[in-house]
Amino acid sequence: MSPSDAVEQPAAEAVGKDVLKTRKRVELAPGAPLMDIENATKIFGGLTAVSDVTFTIPQNAIVSVIGPNGAGKTTFFNMLTGLYKPSIGRIAFLGSDVTGVRPDIITRMGVARTFQNIRLFGTMTALENVMVGQHTRMRAGVWGSILRTPRVRREEEKVREIGREILAEVGMPKSSFDQLAINLSYGDQRRVEIARALATDPRLLLLDEPTAGMNPNESHQLTALMRKLREERDLSILLIEHDMKVVMDVSERVTVLDHGMKIAEGDPATVRADPAVVEAYLGKQG
Amino acid sequence: MAIANPADRSPSTRKYSLESGIPPIVGRLAFVAVAIFAILLPFLFDPISSFLSDCIIALAFVIMALGLNVVVGFAGLLDLGYVAFFAIGAYAVGWFASGFFVDANVHIGVSGFITNLPGIHANFLIVLVAAMILCMIGGVIIGLPTLRLRGDYIAIVTLAFGEIIRVFAVNGDAISLPFGENSNLTAGVNGITPVDQVQLPFLAPFTQLNLRPWYWLILALVFITLFVVIRLRDSRLGRAWIAIREDEVAAASMGVPLVKTKLYAYAVGAAIGGVSGAFQASYLNTVNADQFKFSFSIFVLAMVILGGLGSVWGVMVGALVLSFINSYLIPDVFRTVPKDLFGLDFELTDLGFGIFGFLLLIVMVLRPEGLLPEKRRQIELNEDIDAGETSFEVRA
Repeated sequence: MSPSDAVEQPAAEAVGKDVLKTRKRVELAPGAPLMDIENATKIFGGLTAVSDVTFTIPQNAIVSVIGPNGAGKTTFFNMLTGLYKPSIGRIAFLGSDVTGVRPDIITRMGVARTFQNIRLFGTMTALENVMVGQHTRMRAGVWGSILRTPRVRREEEKVREIGREILAEVGMPKSSFDQLAINLSYGDQRRVEIARALATDPRLLLLDEPTAGMNPNESHQLTALMRKLREERDLSILLIEHDMKVVMDVSERVTVLDHGMKIAEGDPATVRADPAVVEAYLGKQG
Repeated sequence: MAIANPADRSPSTRKYSLESGIPPIVGRLAFVAVAIFAILLPFLFDPISSFLSDCIIALAFVIMALGLNVVVGFAGLLDLGYVAFFAIGAYAVGWFASGFFVDANVHIGVSGFITNLPGIHANFLIVLVAAMILCMIGGVIIGLPTLRLRGDYIAIVTLAFGEIIRVFAVNGDAISLPFGENSNLTAGVNGITPVDQVQLPFLAPFTQLNLRPWYWLILALVFITLFVVIRLRDSRLGRAWIAIREDEVAAASMGVPLVKTKLYAYAVGAAIGGVSGAFQASYLNTVNADQFKFSFSIFVLAMVILGGLGSVWGVMVGALVLSFINSYLIPDVFRTVPKDLFGLDFELTDLGFGIFGFLLLIVMVLRPEGLLPEKRRQIELNEDIDAGETSFEVRA
C-alpha cells in the first residue's frame, strides 16, 4: 500500500469502494519524471513572460523555482496548473500530454496548488474549504443530492471525516475546523490552503510562496511539514519561494528564472555560487 | 517578509459566524407553524375570493424567486432574462395542454369533456415535466454563451436572451411549424386561450369556481421546490456553487469544473422557473406573449434582492411582499388614495413601478443585504471579498 492511499483506505474498507471516486493510480517507472515541461513559453501581447523553459519534476522530490520579482515564476505555475495555456511548448504529466488541458481536469489528474496571495473561500469554514478540495473525489450528482440517498450521505460523512484528518495533518487545532476562513490567522490560512490542496489527493503539490508573511518559526514548521508530506504521501513538491533559507534548506534542486528565462539549475549550493544568479539578484559586479 | 505585530496579521479583527443566533429548534417550530397556517389559510376566505387568487399568484412568484435565487444567489450569475423560463413553461402548457394544435388529436392521461376536444391534451403532471425539460434545455442554451463572461457581461447576455424569447413569442404566430396548416409556434399577442384546467389523479378537475385546489397545488409545489433547493444548497454541488461565486480561479484549481457547475445552476433555476410558468399559464388560462416582458425579470430579481440574495427564506419573504404589494395592496387597498386624500386625478396603480423603485431604494439604504440576509453573502458584502478582481481569465 503506497502512503498516499493511507487516507482513502479506511473509507474503502468501511463503506465500500464505490463511495469515493477512486482514481486509477498511474504507476510510473522508477526514475521516470512526474512532470515534464518542454520549451514552455508564454507570451502576453508583446511581453514574453516565460521563455523556453525546459524543466522536469522527478518523483518524490522537492524542487524549487526562484528568481527576482517579475521573473515569470507565477506565470510558469499557472501554465502547469492549466490556468494558462502555453503559447509554445509541451507539458506532460504522468506520461500524458496535458498542454492546454482545463485546470479542473489537471487537478483531478493529481496536480494541486496554493496561491501566492491566499485564495481561500472566505465565507466557508476551514473544513468546508477542504471539502471543496475533495470535489473531484466525490460522485454525488443532482438527483442523489436532492434525494440524499444513503450513498450520498455516507460520502458526505466520509468527506467530512477525511477533511478533519487532513486539517489535523497540516497542524490545524481542532477548535479552528469550523471557523470561517476569513477569521483565521494568516499562518492558519496558509495551512488551510495547503490542506485544501492536499484534499484533492495530489501527486504533485505546487506551493506559491508558502512562507510569505510567516515568521522564522512558522517557516521552519512549514519546511518540516513539506518533508513529512513528501515521505508520507509519496508526492512531489514544486516550490516558488523568496526565502532563500527555506529554499536552500528543503530543496534538492533549484531552478532560477530571470526575465522569463532559465538562467541556472542545479543543487542549492551550486546555484547559490553561480555568477549569473548572483547577478540577477544583486546586479552586475563592478 | 515577516510582519512584526501579530495583531496585524489577522485579516479581520471582527469574528464572523454563520450562526444566526436563533436556536435551530425555534426555526423549525416557526417553519411548522407557518406551514400549518399556510395550509389552513384558504378556509378563512371564500373559495373564489380575489384575495385567495392573490395568494396563488404570490406563491407562484415564490417558486420563481426560489429558482432565480439558485442562479443569482447561490452561483452568483446575474440573470436578467429569467422571464424566458416563465415563457417556456407557459408555452409547454399552450402546446401540450390546449386546443392550440387543432389538427392534432392527442390525449394523454386526461378525462372528461377534454377528451372530445382537438389539439394536444396531456395531463398537467406530464406538462410539468415537459416544461422542466424544455426550460433546462433553454437554461443550458442561455448558459453556454455566458460561460466565458463575468458579472455585468453575463447580465447583458441573459437580458438579450429574455428579449429574444419574448420576440419569438410575439412573432411566433407567423412561424409555421411543419405539422400542418394550422400549426404556428405561438399565438402571439392574441394568446393561446383557453388552456386545459389542471387534472390530477384521484382529484376532481380544477375549475375557476373553486380556487382552493389551485392554492393547495401551488403550495405543494412551493414545498417541493423549497426541499429541492435546500438539499442542493447543502450538497457537493451547493459547495461548488459557493466556491465559484467567491473565487472562480481557486475553484477551478481545486477541481471544480466551471462549465458543468454553472450549467447545473442555470438548468436547475430554469426548471424551477418552468414549473411556475406552467402553473401560471394553467391558472390564468392563457398563454399570451404580452406577459413575457423584461419588467417581469426585473420584478423577480427585485424579490430575490429585497429578500436577501442567496437566502432561501429571504427570497420567499421578498416574493410574498412584492407580490402582495403588486396584486393586492396597490390595486385593491390603496388604489384610490391619490384621489381620496389629495384629490388627484389618477389611481395608485399608475404609479406601480415608481412605488417599487422607491421601496427598493429604501430597503437598499436601510438593509443592503436584504430583509433576511444569507450569512455568507452578508459577510461577503461587509468584507468586500471580491471574486472579480482576478488578473487573468479562467479558461472554461
